[in-house]
Order: sequence, then structure tokens, then C-alpha cells
Amino acid sequence: ASRVVVASRNYADFANEATFEIKKCDLHRLEEGPSTTAVMTREEGLHYYKTMQIIRRMELKSDQLYKQKIIRGFCHLYDGQEACCVGIEAAIKPTDHVITAYRAHGFTYARGVPVREILAELTGRKGGCVKGKGGSMHMYTKNFYGGNGIVGAQVPLGAGIALACKYFGKNEVCLTLYGDGAANQGQIFETYNMAALWKLPCIFICENNRYGMGTSVERAAASTDYYKRGDFIPGLRVDGMDVLCVREAVKFAAEHCRAGKGPIVMELQTYRYHGHSMSDPGISYRTREEIQEVRSKSDPITLLKDRMVNNNLASIEELKDIDVAVRKEIEEAAQFATTDPEPPLEELGNHIYFNEPPFEVRGPNQWIRYKSVS
Amino acid sequence: AMQISRGLWKKYGDKRVIDTPISEMGFTGIAVGAAMAGLRPVCEFMTFNFSMQAIDQVINSAAKTCYMSAGSIAVPIVFRGPNGASAGVAAQHSQCFAAWYGHCPGLKVVSPWSSEDAKGLLKASIRDDNPVVMLENELLYGVPFEMSEQAQSKDFVIPIGKAKVERPGTHITLVSHSRPVGHCLEAAAVLAKEGVECEVINLRTIRPMDIETVEASVVKTNHLVTVEGGWPQFGVGAEICARIMEGPAFNYLDAPAVRVTGADVPMPYAKILEDNCLPQVKDIIFAVKKTLNV
Repeated sequence: ASRVVVASRNYADFANEATFEIKKCDLHRLEEGPSTTAVMTREEGLHYYKTMQIIRRMELKSDQLYKQKIIRGFCHLYDGQEACCVGIEAAIKPTDHVITAYRAHGFTYARGVPVREILAELTGRKGGCVKGKGGSMHMYTKNFYGGNGIVGAQVPLGAGIALACKYFGKNEVCLTLYGDGAANQGQIFETYNMAALWKLPCIFICENNRYGMGTSVERAAASTDYYKRGDFIPGLRVDGMDVLCVREAVKFAAEHCRAGKGPIVMELQTYRYHGHSMSDPGISYRTREEIQEVRSKSDPITLLKDRMVNNNLASIEELKDIDVAVRKEIEEAAQFATTDPEPPLEELGNHIYFNEPPFEVRGPNQWIRYKSVS
Repeated sequence: AMQISRGLWKKYGDKRVIDTPISEMGFTGIAVGAAMAGLRPVCEFMTFNFSMQAIDQVINSAAKTCYMSAGSIAVPIVFRGPNGASAGVAAQHSQCFAAWYGHCPGLKVVSPWSSEDAKGLLKASIRDDNPVVMLENELLYGVPFEMSEQAQSKDFVIPIGKAKVERPGTHITLVSHSRPVGHCLEAAAVLAKEGVECEVINLRTIRPMDIETVEASVVKTNHLVTVEGGWPQFGVGAEICARIMEGPAFNYLDAPAVRVTGADVPMPYAKILEDNCLPQVKDIIFAVKKTLNV
């Protein structure tokens, strides 16, 4: 017998890396900004592509499950904004901290929670990342503090995490995200003041997707220059549809904070394809044409794909293979999320307190009692 | 302003004692975030009236997070400050928040009366890995109390969730928290001269409430009067009465349980009006005599 080597494609044919021109950031109170070129290796590109594709398909699967009434309540989808969370994660370390609002599924995945645990949390099963206790808006993992439902409340929390980073002195930073809608919250301005006063290593990031629920930015903000709203805090406005632009900007911001220069504000200009939540079709306050235009001209995954193929970092077939693998992974995760049992009733009373001896919790009447263990 | 932290900044410096701008919602959120990330902050409200501006952070960010995260994120924070009426500070500065905070699962709420309560409960609150609201009282800051040797020791803590019988009695149970505990003891002294022996219970903790101590007392005395500074509707006394009805002590009551509370009005300024808006010793004595039918 002879051994025949059949090579259908030779990965040695691809380039190891390529350099890309990226959009210059608008600067506020900064002499210099992030680099206008970014180097991306083949490995990085494939990783960003796969991650963004997983998030995209995971969100579309959630849409499907919601319409089948298997997911209930709130569901705020992130498709269109993938470059933000993937670019952010690419620029920071696992020991850095991230906190965001309720459009959190992408960050939850990027910070390390498997898709099956995210979907099972959405479907309210015991295999969900927080055992079905939290749902869409309350998912957590190490160095990821959710998932927060009250608009703007996560911003002071993020500055507090940054305060702890400064206190412990381990050179960690906290990325504190909020939307264009939340950007008008008073507590954010209180936080800007204290973060600047105490030089907290906090990167404030406004994900501006142009609409706060159904209100366009022009109708909500006297100033839509969200990167300047920190006033005395330096700011950057970044193309949030370009994963490399986001990565370079966050690297720049993280260096700024780690150098002890205090907080910095970033505005990521991005877009969501879905409405605000699953109960919003998303076309009463914006046109289908606008959505279509963004999809065809600025889709973050398409942008990355074109870059990789045009610069010989990957082939179309290879990326298609990744698409197939991603679909399979999402299907399997959805299978798990729809077949895993709901949490046992006993779970109802648990985790009210932390590190507490067991006690009894009252149910709907005085004869129904649940045990609470922590 | 209340000088409770006097001397701490000199001893521990800027890193551990932080003066904040007047931004309650902001600094409360910052304190809660710091607790989530591993610090053990003590967040002071100049009075709890201002905590209303930050109440979302106390309830939605601090109290509920352990539950929502299935125990993966702890929030070991203490919110403390003066609560309830002071003297002549009028309606916006006189509200009692025991009922509002006591309502919410995920929080612990303590209410010290004596110096030993204040020390033991504060230590216990800081050592607790959960969000604790400590409702102090401005008028009590200037009142001296005896402190036992044991209470003066370095590691003296009072368990959260345990009431104390300040004065044993046989004819009627008086349950109270914070400053009114003192009024109950005064009333008990007056009533003792008339042969009525009151058992005075100092709740010490609002949530989780030690209803067992109250029940054991009612089983013994067969009569109950609750005393608090807060408003009557949906208050601490209302909760005690409801729980007594639901438990074994109900069958031992010889008369309906009765509440003595703040008057159901916003706090007025003029002294004569203010004095009559809070439970006075005479109001407690009257309620006791009505209950005992003497």
C-alpha cells in the first residue's frame, strides 16, 4: 500500500499576518489617538471571525426561540454590534473587568460563558449559567458583572470596580459600557466626576447604536457627541463596526488607564439589526432601507471576511467551513437549552444571601416554606 | 457631619476613608461596585433621607445581585447613617426607612439602640458578606450608655437576627427598635410603680426579624404593644402583628395586639407639633393600660 497525500488546500499558502489601514478616531482632549494601522495575524482573524459568527448565530437562534415562546420576558439582541464586544475582548486581559447593561449576550460569550449555558439561561433551565435565576439580563461570570437591567445603574458600579482595581494595585482596568440612551442619565455624570477626581482606571464605553429604544439620538440628546460628554475626561469616537478599530482604540484606552492617567470615555458607533427588544419590530422609528444599508455596507462580519480573503489570510471555503461548524455548535446548544429541565422548585429560596447558614423563606402563604441555602 | 468617622481618616488615610461629592446615586453605585469586586465598603449616608436618591443601587444592585447571579457575586457592603426623626429638621429630613428597607429580600437591616448595640451590630454588619442597612439615630449619638467589659473587647459582635430582652416582665410585652426602646424602658419604670411589669424587647434587627423571641414573650405575658418611630401604615409594628397572628402566640393573646407609631403625617417643624408626632412615654403608657384594661 502506498500512502497518498491529498492536499485539497495548503494552509502554508496563506499569509501569516497583514496590516490594515483603519479609520482615524475623533479625539477629545487628547493630543494623540490610537494607531491608524492595525496588524492582524491569520490566527487572530480566524478567532475574531468565529467569535463574531457564533454571537451572530446565537442571537438569531434566540430570536427564533423567543418567537416559539421558549424564551420569555426580555430579550435584547446584539446582532450587528458583534465587533464591539469582540474587539474589546481582543484588547484586554481576562483579569480585566467588564460590566454592561442588558444587551449582554455577546459580552457574556466573549467573557467565557459557553453558548449552551447562555441559551439555557434564556430558556430558564437549570443548566443555565446562573441556574435559571437571572435570565437574559442577569448573566455573570468571572470578571464579568452582568447583565444589568436598570438603565445607567451599571455605570457607577463599573467605576466602583475600577476603584477596587486601583485599591488592589494589580494594574487591572474596568470597562464600563452603556448605550446612547443611558448616556443622558444623571448618575453617569456623577460617576464621571468621581472617576476623574480619584483617577479611577475606568474606561467608559458608550455603544451608540443610534436609538435608545425607539428614540433617535437627535431627539434624545442636546449633544450627540457622546465621546465628549465626559467634558473634563478625554474621549475617543470609534468606528464600532470594525473589530480592528475597536481593538486598537481599547488598547489605547487601557494603556491610558494603566498608566494612572485616570478615566477615559469611548464612543463606539455601531448598529443593531433587531429592534430594541423582541417586542419591538424596530421599523416604526427607522426605515427598512436604513437597516439594509448598514447590513450591506457596514456589517462587521462581512467587513472582516472581505479583509481576510482580500489579504490572503483565509479562503472563502475555510470561512464557510467555520460557518458550518458554528451552525452545528449553536444547534447543539439550542438542543440542550430546550431539553434541559427547569430548575427544581427547591431552588426558589436559594442564594438570597451569601455564605449564610440555611434558613427558611416564606412562600405565597404562611404554610408554604422554602429552604434557603447559599 | 455626624462625626461618626472622626479620627478614622487620620488613622487610615485617603485610601480607606474617602470623602465624596454630594452624589448619592453615584457614590452608592461606586461603593456597591467596589464590594462586587472584592472590597468591603462602608457607605455612609448623611441621613437615610438621602438614600432615597440612591435606593435603586441599594435594592437593585446590592440586595438582588446574589440571588440573580445564583450566588456567584457577593456584595459585602454596609450602608449606614442616621435614620428617622431628629430635632426640628422638618418633613424632608425626618423619615424612618425601617419598613422600606425591611421589605426587601436580599438585604439585612439592623437598628441599634444602645452603645453596645451600635458596636456589636456594626462589627457584625461589616463581617457579614451580605448588604446590610444599619439604621442609626442622630439623637442617640449624644446619649451615653454603660458598656460591659465584654462589650468593650476587640471582637465583640452581636448576632444579626437576634432580639434582646432589655427588661423582663410578666404582664405585657413591649417590642421596639432604636430610640423608642429607651421610651419603653421609661414607660416600664413608671408602670412598675403601679404594679404593671412590662417585658421590653429590643428588636436590634429588622430583617431577618427575630419573631421567635417576641412569640415566646407573648406566650408568657398574653399582651403585646409594638412601638416605633416610623409611620403606621405597612410599618414594623404592622409586620409584627401579622406574624403574631400567623404563629402559635395568637392563641395566647388576651387582647388584640396594639401599635404605637409616629403620627401619620409628614413631620412638622414647630416643637409642640413635632413632639406630638412621635411616640412619647405617655402614649406608650396609655396603650399599655388600654390593652390591659386598667
